[in-house]
Amino acid sequence: MIWLDTLLQGLMLGGLYALFAAGLSLVFGIMRLVNLAHGDLIVLGAYLILGLGSALGLHPFLAAVLALPLMFGLGWLLQTALLNRVLGEDILPPLLVTFGLSVVIQNALLMGFSADSRKLPVGPIEAQALPLGPVTVGVMPLITFASAILVIWGLNQLFYRTALGRAFRATSDDPVTAQLMGIRPRSIFAIATGIALVVAAIAALYLGARANFDPATGPARLLYAFEAVIIGGLGSLWGTLAGGLVIGVAQALGAALNPEWQILAGHLAFVAVLLLRPRGLFPRAHD
Amino acid sequence: MTALLDLRGLTAHYGDFQALFGVDLTLEEGQTLAIIGANGAGKTTLMRAITGIARVSGGSATLAGTRIDRMAAPDILRAGIAMVPEGRRLFPSLSVEENLRIGAHSRQGNGFWTLARIYDLFPVLRERRLHPGTALSGGQQQMVAIGRALMSNPRVLLCDELSLGLAPVVIHEIYAAFPTIRDSGTAIVVVEQDISQALKVADHVHCMMEGRITLSGAPENLSRAAIHDAYFGVRHA
Repeated sequence: MIWLDTLLQGLMLGGLYALFAAGLSLVFGIMRLVNLAHGDLIVLGAYLILGLGSALGLHPFLAAVLALPLMFGLGWLLQTALLNRVLGEDILPPLLVTFGLSVVIQNALLMGFSADSRKLPVGPIEAQALPLGPVTVGVMPLITFASAILVIWGLNQLFYRTALGRAFRATSDDPVTAQLMGIRPRSIFAIATGIALVVAAIAALYLGARANFDPATGPARLLYAFEAVIIGGLGSLWGTLAGGLVIGVAQALGAALNPEWQILAGHLAFVAVLLLRPRGLFPRAHD
Repeated sequence: MTALLDLRGLTAHYGDFQALFGVDLTLEEGQTLAIIGANGAGKTTLMRAITGIARVSGGSATLAGTRIDRMAAPDILRAGIAMVPEGRRLFPSLSVEENLRIGAHSRQGNGFWTLARIYDLFPVLRERRLHPGTALSGGQQQMVAIGRALMSNPRVLLCDELSLGLAPVVIHEIYAAFPTIRDSGTAIVVVEQDISQALKVADHVHCMMEGRITLSGAPENLSRAAIHDAYFGVRHA
């Protein structure tokens, strides 16, 4: 029974990792941009929720709802003012710029909030659990997991069922021909990064509710997110969910064997998947 | 009366290489124009310059009196010029129907061309509407590319090398759609290496060589010898 419980905890954790990764996957899928500041933007989102919550006296869930449009605006601005200027044939400039952005965000958070670790106060729900047959599962991890599925499903609907999604895919395929359709790739990219940061804000809520965070928490989240995207296959959203689950389950199993092995087990699972399926579990057919 | 499309002394560069040297060209409402020329004559660069994909370095281009030579490609489409690009360039992630629908991405209001009318023009596309665009045969892909361009209800349709790599029977099938397109009120510019096809559909022909228009006229007024000279740049024996 303990293995079943471990597996379940791993899946729940994997949902959180999938949320970390979904925004990264979206941005990479559309504009081939690897955003090295993604983890820091999630942490920034957590501070934003914390700040809004304490300033307005709101529960973190409500503060997160307020943070969503703000994060969309931030993403839009970031892409328009900064990232669109460095996107091009060469992949190095955007890498350097997002790396720099990561440093800037971390230091700005240090200045604004100090190095003390914080947590989002979600209240009694944190300790609540539901009996699920032979095992028990926490309410917060369950909500996190359900949110991950909902976010990935929602992004897929957006991608494959809307005119905006059609424009996303066309721009990703061929930005020059997309312009002949009246599409402005730069504004498409700005909307995409806006949506990625909305997802980052959702991830931030569950990150901050689950564990302590501080200004330096970002890069490790980025690493998990990266691994989830690559395990899933670049550009596949359901693949990203699967990638998150693989890492979550591997970490839970590793921790069950020896608490020191939790992080290592996740990375080993990543390496193992890459050895067996170098293009990830669900690679896009035409890359 | 102002021409629908009016190019005056248009120049354009392809990297450091000058590809167009002062091209003058007018297209009237309802006209079908053919631009012929050998590989590297500058035909595709001319199409790319008109649509804003290639930067215009000199001269002017106006559409119904409005300057378009400094506009970005998406704005030129909105102004009313759509292109069927060389090599068709369908979006591989999109189905046939999505490829057609994305042609109407920036369209405002109604117009003659709808999805149903495109399917009437090319019935085979209706059957294959859920297939990925790039899974179709070359000829069918060309039909999607034409339909996609028409979905914006353009005033001018530019077609770059429609017949390239297609069998004669398929080329014939595609050009059979031209009268319907013309009757919808769209003026057409075809760029062709296939001279006989170009002479068949056009009411005015320009021949290009080395970035210049070297011969112009109505097909019935141009002798084969004159076209040969302008096309290959040699005196006809």
